[in-house]
Amino acid sequence: MKKLLLLGDEALAQGAIDAGMSGVFAYPGTPSTEITEYIQVNEDAIKRDIHRTWASNEKTAVEAAVGMSYAGKRTMCCMKHVGLNVAADAFMNSAFVGANGGNLIAVADDPSMHSSQNEQDSRFYAKFAMIPCLEPSSQQEAYDMAFYGLDYSERVKLPIMVRLTTRLSHSRAGVIRKEMLAENEIKLPEDPDQFMLLPSYSRAKYKKLIKLQDELIKTSEESPFNSYEAGEDKSLGIIACGLAYNYVKEVFDGGKSPYPILKICQYPLPKNMIHKIMNECDRILVVEEGQPIVEEMLKGYMPNDKIRGRLDGSFSRDGEINPNKVMAALGMANTTGEAIPENVVGRPPALCVGCPHIDSFNVLNDVLEEHGKGHVFSDIGCYTLGYLPPYNAIDTVLDMGASITMAKGAADAGLFPAVAVIGDGTFGHSGLTGLADCIYDETNVVVVILDNATTGMTGGQNYCIEGRLEDICIGLGVEKEHIRVVTPLKKNHEENVKVFREEFDYEGVSVIIPRRECIQTLAQKHRTAKVTK
Amino acid sequence: MKKDIILAGVGGQGILTIATIIGTAAVEEGLNLKQAEVHGMSQRGGDVQSHLRLSDQPIFSDLVPEGKCDVILSIEPMESLRYLPYLAKDGILITNSTPFINITNYPEAEMLEKMLANVKNHIVINADEIAKGIGSARAMNIVMLGAAVKHLGLPMENFENAVKTVFGRKGEAVVESNIKALHAGRENAENNAK
Repeated sequence: MKKLLLLGDEALAQGAIDAGMSGVFAYPGTPSTEITEYIQVNEDAIKRDIHRTWASNEKTAVEAAVGMSYAGKRTMCCMKHVGLNVAADAFMNSAFVGANGGNLIAVADDPSMHSSQNEQDSRFYAKFAMIPCLEPSSQQEAYDMAFYGLDYSERVKLPIMVRLTTRLSHSRAGVIRKEMLAENEIKLPEDPDQFMLLPSYSRAKYKKLIKLQDELIKTSEESPFNSYEAGEDKSLGIIACGLAYNYVKEVFDGGKSPYPILKICQYPLPKNMIHKIMNECDRILVVEEGQPIVEEMLKGYMPNDKIRGRLDGSFSRDGEINPNKVMAALGMANTTGEAIPENVVGRPPALCVGCPHIDSFNVLNDVLEEHGKGHVFSDIGCYTLGYLPPYNAIDTVLDMGASITMAKGAADAGLFPAVAVIGDGTFGHSGLTGLADCIYDETNVVVVILDNATTGMTGGQNYCIEGRLEDICIGLGVEKEHIRVVTPLKKNHEENVKVFREEFDYEGVSVIIPRRECIQTLAQKHRTAKVTK
Repeated sequence: MKKDIILAGVGGQGILTIATIIGTAAVEEGLNLKQAEVHGMSQRGGDVQSHLRLSDQPIFSDLVPEGKCDVILSIEPMESLRYLPYLAKDGILITNSTPFINITNYPEAEMLEKMLANVKNHIVINADEIAKGIGSARAMNIVMLGAAVKHLGLPMENFENAVKTVFGRKGEAVVESNIKALHAGRENAENNAK
């Protein structure tokens, strides 16, 4: 079959479509967004009418995927690493109920935090939940793992994690497709108790999951994705996980390493393979993207000089791995070219020219002048850039939805004014429950929902509560006269300042909705309109 | 055959289009390819780069190692210098001379010129002016691609075909102006090198 040039994200998506997946459930988040976006426009996916619209958040996505798996169909849910925190309850319990139709949980980690608020390694979650984890080292493996993973999930009756990292997610290479499989028919679980987690049932399921671990290890030993490459020089053995395998191969001419290499792309760790390289080699260098999970497991608690990696400084403790870091860890000569000239300055990301958020921040800054700094709790989205000059308009960011609840906590402590600044998409993701808390407590907060009619930072996706913000706020109990919609434009500045002031003065829950479409999605619409004309 | 290329610019300048065209041209030649892109936050007016690796042998790393890059191709002059640690000793830096200034501490023109002149092998052309000159200001990125053609190890014909493939959807006129831009860039780079 013809080679397709696909991003790692797209390769996984194409693989899942070809392996007979009936539905993808996801919330956008860099670097995972392109998995679902690919499926949304894929011809075969459209022809089969695979479920492919966005979910409210990662928790609802995982739950829906478990539901589809319950019905016997193959499914995948996708999220970025921090999204798995949101979905953690559903995720952990999904290991207990297991899978009926194949269930892939694709999580894209962002080491070096290119577009994230933290760095965390999802392999810990797979270990925590005691489920297998696949970690592709190439786009082709990402494709193949969709087939393997969905099949494995059905055989072992467990959800399977696929862990990607930014560089693979957003790197393109040739992928060879396989024959497309038919979708599963609807078929309920053979065991009617399978998806029931009453404590008495859960106890049995936990024992079963524990007992299954040996079988999972055995499958890892036989996995096509784990391999042992012999090497003459046994003074060192290299354990290379996922994408890091490529960086190791890169530093040797023609990929030929003098040292044995154990490539790990499927977990739990293949115990015998690990024993083999540990016994054969004097020292072991663990090369892994993310946190030193494998290194820590091998090193143990007692002093152990044999294992090298991130913990002994062979690699930096944080940040992405790259070929030059591998060279340094192996004591090879540094190939780095000329230094960056000192007059080359940083160019931090910024709000687009004409962005509606700019006008909202200008209004907010004017109103807050009399109160001083430290009153604005914000959230995850383009508007997080409002922290940077020239706006300096917000003070905190924690996680999706935390603007409202942090403002509430600060207001409960007596801080006045307490302002939350959250985007419409993020509000839909996890702002509603926080606002309900404020209503329940009659907290004195001003919640500013920046409505640009899209999920902007990830490239303009739809979201579930689009067009219904006021109704939802009223439904949650916000008083109608304290839901104020304004148009964030320079010419409306004075008028908008007045509205903000009025709501600051109101003792209770106010919601202000500055509403103007994202200029990026607007421009996109104009372009598409032009082409279709 | 092996070419390691770093494409540089500011978000929105069209480096991913260049990457797609080179990629299409390389696939026509039957080469292996890996291309790492930047998505997400850095796209918003920040610096963006793409690592593009072509080879008739298997390619392992998605990233070009530092000191191994054959060609830095940049749409913005200061951005071209940001990737100097990647440039091989005999590698070449090819950049547009028109600055994109969205920061307050952008280096003075004279300083920028001096920094570029210090790079052993370099081609600097004013792609914005050339593109305007041929009546298609938006094809500035393709002018830059044209300037690099000689150093990418693929026949011109492949690039022309790739431009047709990539822009075909937008109509004949767009294809024409981009092919014109490709040639204008190549000619200017050759004159510049003389």
